[in-house]
Amino acid sequence: MTISKIDPNFKYEVAAEPGGEEIKYCFACGTCTAACPVRAIDERYNPRKIIRMILLGLRERVLDADFIWLCSTCYSCEERCPQGVSFAEIITAVKNIAAREGKLHPAYVTQLELLKKFGRLYELEEFDNKKRAKMGLPELKTTCDEVGKLLGDQ
Amino acid sequence: MENKYALFLGCTIPLRGRHYEKSAVEVARLFGAELEPQQDFACCGFPIKSATREGTLLLAARNLAVAEEAGLEVLALCASCASVLAEAAEELADDGLLKKVNEKLAKVGRKVERPPRVRHFARWLYDEVGPEGIKEKVVAPLGDFRFAVHYGCHYLKPSWAFHDVEDPEAPHSIGDLLRATGAEVVDYAEYKKCCGGALLGIDEELSLRIAGEKLTRVKAAAPDAVVLVCPFCAVMYDDNQGKVAAQLEEELGVPVLFLPQVLGLALGLSVKDVQLKLAKNKCEKLIAAFAQEK
Repeated sequence: MTISKIDPNFKYEVAAEPGGEEIKYCFACGTCTAACPVRAIDERYNPRKIIRMILLGLRERVLDADFIWLCSTCYSCEERCPQGVSFAEIITAVKNIAAREGKLHPAYVTQLELLKKFGRLYELEEFDNKKRAKMGLPELKTTCDEVGKLLGDQ
Repeated sequence: MENKYALFLGCTIPLRGRHYEKSAVEVARLFGAELEPQQDFACCGFPIKSATREGTLLLAARNLAVAEEAGLEVLALCASCASVLAEAAEELADDGLLKKVNEKLAKVGRKVERPPRVRHFARWLYDEVGPEGIKEKVVAPLGDFRFAVHYGCHYLKPSWAFHDVEDPEAPHSIGDLLRATGAEVVDYAEYKKCCGGALLGIDEELSLRIAGEKLTRVKAAAPDAVVLVCPFCAVMYDDNQGKVAAQLEEELGVPVLFLPQVLGLALGLSVKDVQLKLAKNKCEKLIAAFAQEK
């Protein structure tokens, strides 16, 4: 790692994202990491290490890493942090920055496309509505174009 | 108790959680409440938070606007929908943010004036009916049954979005409701842990390992079923239990139920009313106990 690869402003960039504000309060106690159900079984994902990487300005290495997509969004880290830092929100902020730089994980590219098309993650077909009706459940609209309009530029 | 609520189904339930929906609607009806899906509800926004937090807020706000137009409070069956809608309702208390969001919502002719109250169905049941209210109406006590509760994550977290109504470090509400039927609620290790569902589309192998850890613990406690309050936890524990077992190279055989299915049977609903047979990993013991009577 050469000094030219370090971006000392990365922490401010993350802090400027909604949800990223508190990153500078982290004192690296590692409670988030101890609480993390993903870290418990997969060493690739290490919240404390990711925070340190952000604070040290390792911008490219963080934004290019596969591990940033491994948060299960359980919020255990946020609930247990003694400093009121939400790592769940910080990693979301990081992923949002990566997305804006064209590095969005392909799974989310697909999900965005599905939502724009159907308004839901899964296509609801007439077949499903028939099953619903049989069960005494109301039929539902199969699409919602408002979602596509709202996400048009995302 | 208000009589009518906007029932938020989200993406998963209309296709893969109809037994959850049906049993919840029937249980609510027993207590004089009507749960009405809104035709204009769509995705809650949760699935794309990693891609765009702003997009998530817009989708959530749009759904809140739909409920507000109908003049109804929101009850969600999916825990992730409940949490993201509750978060949005809290965030939109900020007038500056509300104004910005409304500018975007205007594109689709929607507006949030004052976000409606959002609760998870199980929270509503606990608040408005409570274990005592359930107990009074039990007609088929479940004293012969033992259940493991999986609270999941977003029924309680982030706790600020739910006004810290229950400590996520010591959850009890679902267990309290189940015990009101006479059933035993079993303790098991790691009972608060995540199902891994949010990672299914990102890293299936990892996501199944997270689910496997939990299902192994549940199996060790040997309950008659694990009881859920989220359709995506069911995608992991029921729909994908076969894959999890294959990964673990061991038999699991853990029956999976949703809370209102269990409560409904105890309250006199039929096997059909609660769609007991729709799960992949059926609770044969409950089916056997109730099938012949109805």
